[in-house]
Amino acid sequence: MSTRDEKEINAHLTASTRLTGSEIIWATLVGEGVTTVFGYPGGAILPAYDALRKFPIRHILVRHEQGAAHMADGYARASGKVGVAIATSGPGATNLVTGIATAMLDSIPMVCITGQVSSKVLGTDAFQEVDITGITLPVTKHNFLVTCAEDIAPAIRQAMQIALSGRPGPVLVDITKDAQQSSAIFDFEAAKPAPYKPHPMLSVMNTSLHDAAELIRRAKRPVILAGHGILQSGAGEQVRTLAERMQVPVAMTLLGLGAFPASHSLNLGMMGMHGEAWVNDAIQNADLLIACGMRFDDRVIGTPSTYSPNSKKIHIDIDPAEINKNVKADVALVGDLREVLEQLLPLLPGRDGSAWLNTIAASKGAVAVRDIRNLPDNGHLYAAHVMHDLWRITEGKAIIATDVGQHQMWEAQYYHHDYPRTLITSGGLGTMGFALPAAIGAKVACPDKEVWVIAGDGGFQMTAAELSTIAQEKLNVNIAVINNGYLGMVRQWQEFFYDRNYESTPLVSPDFVKLADAHGIPGVAVRQRSDLEGAVNTARGHHGAFLINFLVEKEDSVYPMIPAGKALHEMIRRPGHNPLVERPDDK
Amino acid sequence: MLHTFVAYVEDKPGVLTRVASLFRRLNINIISLTVGHSERVGISRMTIVADAPDQAADRIRASLYKLDHVIDVDDIGRAPSVTRELALIKVAATASNRSGIFELAEVFRARIVDLAPESLMIEITGVESKIEGLIQVLNETENRVIEVCRSGKMTMRRGHHTKGVLRAMGAGEPEMKPGVVPDAIPDNFADNI
Repeated sequence: MSTRDEKEINAHLTASTRLTGSEIIWATLVGEGVTTVFGYPGGAILPAYDALRKFPIRHILVRHEQGAAHMADGYARASGKVGVAIATSGPGATNLVTGIATAMLDSIPMVCITGQVSSKVLGTDAFQEVDITGITLPVTKHNFLVTCAEDIAPAIRQAMQIALSGRPGPVLVDITKDAQQSSAIFDFEAAKPAPYKPHPMLSVMNTSLHDAAELIRRAKRPVILAGHGILQSGAGEQVRTLAERMQVPVAMTLLGLGAFPASHSLNLGMMGMHGEAWVNDAIQNADLLIACGMRFDDRVIGTPSTYSPNSKKIHIDIDPAEINKNVKADVALVGDLREVLEQLLPLLPGRDGSAWLNTIAASKGAVAVRDIRNLPDNGHLYAAHVMHDLWRITEGKAIIATDVGQHQMWEAQYYHHDYPRTLITSGGLGTMGFALPAAIGAKVACPDKEVWVIAGDGGFQMTAAELSTIAQEKLNVNIAVINNGYLGMVRQWQEFFYDRNYESTPLVSPDFVKLADAHGIPGVAVRQRSDLEGAVNTARGHHGAFLINFLVEKEDSVYPMIPAGKALHEMIRRPGHNPLVERPDDK
Repeated sequence: MLHTFVAYVEDKPGVLTRVASLFRRLNINIISLTVGHSERVGISRMTIVADAPDQAADRIRASLYKLDHVIDVDDIGRAPSVTRELALIKVAATASNRSGIFELAEVFRARIVDLAPESLMIEITGVESKIEGLIQVLNETENRVIEVCRSGKMTMRRGHHTKGVLRAMGAGEPEMKPGVVPDAIPDNFADNI
């Protein structure tokens, strides 16, 4: 029987049959709708890999297991489906941990399957043995140690359910080698987990809804805080209705960007540590905050004691553990955001919000960022230029995967995301090296979309080995390296708070164009604004991956910035000599 | 503030470590944790006493519910309940001074469960203050206490009593709002059978 026949048969596996544990792994994943996995083989997972050819699953070989985890993560963020990563025991498993923690802090649905030594030698410090379930206890929603073949299908099916339900998150399934090698009856239907039981502390009682509606009706200076939960719940339309009907301005978290269109007149932009002044001022002066699927993270609120002191807070979130964690909620609506809003909206008649909106517009007008295109070209290339031009040329429709640091903040400020699931970025953990593998995952999930990596010279080097994955899989991913020769964000903190003591932040990097070329990926360096558009168009026109090394201004800082411990309105503003500074006579 | 939670958890391997790991992650100190079988088959009952800010109780409950094997979490708070712990105390005692310890045990309604030429062992059950009281008195004489083994607290809500009985007990309201601390904290010291 040809491999293709075997694959077709396995794709339609409905009756229960006796299979090896290895085959059960893939059969269960196929049954769960998984079409692609990202992984790296090894001794303890070898039996599973041997069975792979019989199943219609695409396996993407990575170059470091951290890359596999980030790829599964990017895949999940771009598609909304569960991302799956596979690794072997010991170092393979531990290499996944950073990626798992990244997914945990951003609530991304992910299942990691790791091989484990034989159950007979568990606990004996065997070759490549680690207690990965113990190690990942605090960074997974749940994890499983499977020691016999009959438990494999139920564990994987339950893992998929846990990953996607309630507040999504990563789940790890550790499968011993002897479990993979022994056999059991595989019955996909029988392996179905018990129905998901929602968290017992969810509550959207009638009284709370009416309290919330009353607060919204009476508010004079309301602001909607729009977060990642909108994307997870698919509540974009409901939030838009709320904003438009009640004429409430909307501030975004980093992970919420794209959940509410950036170009919408009610969108204030990103709030928090690097949010623009008018957004944070509006929040500090608000009398009502409607938090939709966001968790009042410390990057967003400044310090709890000074945050929006005169406002009431309505907190809508699916995780009861987030209520009253950082900020005290006056009304808590604990449940799925879209369902909650659908119950809330009928209680809200329209209102005229123009007074408050005009106040905000006036403050914005006075400090609005000058259109970057109006700035005189002083020969320096700024990262903001790159972001803005990239946004303009791609019409804001590309999927952008950023790394972590200054470029990440400039991307959030200057690439305006109008569509959901177009920004792939590590917010909660802030993992450098995230961008390249995450972009690969996103491209695999959405092969017809344009995908860009935007990474700093520091972060890019952390996972640059995945360039080989791009080459091997022939993926069309464009890469923009924002190269300033520094670990930029750390350098910025050293400039502001450590007296310019640039300890261990100057960075010597390889010539990224040559590095890409070594992987068979063409590239070009850009030093001037005038070369920007041409390079981007070349990349877009090229059929295949392309790297652009943007050599940007070395000591540029992200403004505004709220120093640690300061209130949201105590931001450091753009200094006068910065060419991006606001001027009153700008159009 | 000390919070007392009673959690019903599935009797499966690893549950204890998951609960402990959760408290570590939340940076909350566990003062005591006891676990044993409950009235339900395959379900264990945990009593966890944790030291956390006053308003953290809801968050701890919510986080515990997110663990896969946790079935029910009750925040006892200040509700009328019975709390007990067990202690075994080995004390240095010879023929000349052991009768003094017998009298102490009598006062605290503790039992002598081991008697050896140079030592004896006291078993005492009761509320924390009673056990602390005995240990304090024993410590009045230097080098008298050789070993102390304490079990940690077990707690169970009282049955539904009438208002009159509750008042007489000096007990709080059965369903007190979390975060509301009454003026008098009933210890039920005198209530020891």
